[in-house]
Amino acid sequence: MSEEKIVSRGFTGRRPQGGTKLPPGQYLTHDFPVLSATPTPSIPLDRWEFTLTTETGEVRRWNWTAFRALPSVTITTDIHCVTRWSKFDTAWEGIAIDTLLDGVQSTAKYVMAHSYGGYTTNVPLADLRGGKAWVAFRYGGEELEPEHGGPARLLVPHLYFWKSAKWLNGLTLMTQDEPGFWEQLGYNMYGDPWREQRYTGD
Amino acid sequence: MAGTAIHGGLVWRTGTLIERHRESATAHTLALDVPGWPGHEAGQHVDVRLTAPDGYSAARSYSIANAAAGNRLELTIEELADGEVSPYLAEMVAPGDPLEIRGPIGGWFVWHPSQTEPVQLVAGGSGIVPLMAMIRTRAKAGNPAPFRLLYSVRSPQSIIYADELRERAEHDADLGVTYAYTRIAPDGWPAPPRRVDAQIVGAAAFAPERKPLCYVCGPTPFVETASNLLIAAGHDAQQIKTERFGPSGGGS
Repeated sequence: MSEEKIVSRGFTGRRPQGGTKLPPGQYLTHDFPVLSATPTPSIPLDRWEFTLTTETGEVRRWNWTAFRALPSVTITTDIHCVTRWSKFDTAWEGIAIDTLLDGVQSTAKYVMAHSYGGYTTNVPLADLRGGKAWVAFRYGGEELEPEHGGPARLLVPHLYFWKSAKWLNGLTLMTQDEPGFWEQLGYNMYGDPWREQRYTGD
Repeated sequence: MAGTAIHGGLVWRTGTLIERHRESATAHTLALDVPGWPGHEAGQHVDVRLTAPDGYSAARSYSIANAAAGNRLELTIEELADGEVSPYLAEMVAPGDPLEIRGPIGGWFVWHPSQTEPVQLVAGGSGIVPLMAMIRTRAKAGNPAPFRLLYSVRSPQSIIYADELRERAEHDADLGVTYAYTRIAPDGWPAPPRRVDAQIVGAAAFAPERKPLCYVCGPTPFVETASNLLIAAGHDAQQIKTERFGPSGGGS
């Protein structure tokens, strides 16, 4: 086990081009790589549904038409994947989580995001409020492609991108934190790229 | 959807390169001795970290190729011409040199010897590596679960583990290996080279009625295509696990 890094004889490396916008251990890409644990689900819009469930079991539901009737915003943001790529200035359109939470009575501190296909990920509620997170349905001016999470995905760009659950179909408010899919498999409960919180214990 | 939790943190360990050999035109296997290695499951990966004299570090993830065996770790690296880390691992690091390793990582895309159902493996290019770890782990455990591998490659020269796969398939009636060639097929191959399609999957894969667990690994477009073909052939999406190497997301 090593506390100090060991110099690799003859390795010079490439210094990242991203400047101060690039979190530690990341490199800049211009592609949009795809990482997911399951096949890409096919979700017809007429069967799409989004539910918001409070810690007391109160449920709000939106079908696609009602969801898209909510006021949306455009977002330009950098994204950072735990597999070490970062992509700058990605352009999205989505609905702020603040909008979905408007009028909801809750003392919950945590949220579990749920997806078609069974994926889950946990995020503190405070990280979804205050204009920091959205349910995104357009990317780069186009409807969000299924392999990038369409019809709609969570977008929490200040955390590693596995927290931005693809194929989102619900948020459940929780009074206690619980691990989601990757979090049960050794990935960090919070996932701050600037503190390089990749795995449990980072 | 649950798996093996990693308890506590992951530490960087200093391994030593024992040997390196070429597997194909661009792939190299590195065998390492990693004191204190906690063992791993077939399908898991590690982070490898390189550090320059000024303290600058670059780390990438690589799949583990071998069945767990004490402190021995084998990684098969695809050398990317424009990569930062893989050319160093493929060309520069020498036996006896230290390499920093962190892992094992990943508890989803794994096969455990306690599993008994049929297994369909589908590899594109260097996506074979974690699947080879499954084939080797099954053989080492003497597990009788029927395995089939459909392995898509550009040409016969780009096959990784060609000799070992031939040998294993010859001596094991429950291991089937089928190649699909996308650019250049061997002389006398019955079909022109082409990308994996429904006909190839239908001929090579277990029937959906056998309810195989499917592991699909390779570049993103390959994994999208192959997993959609499996679903179209009648396989349950819940029985398909995928691992994608993005255009630059998998390792460079």
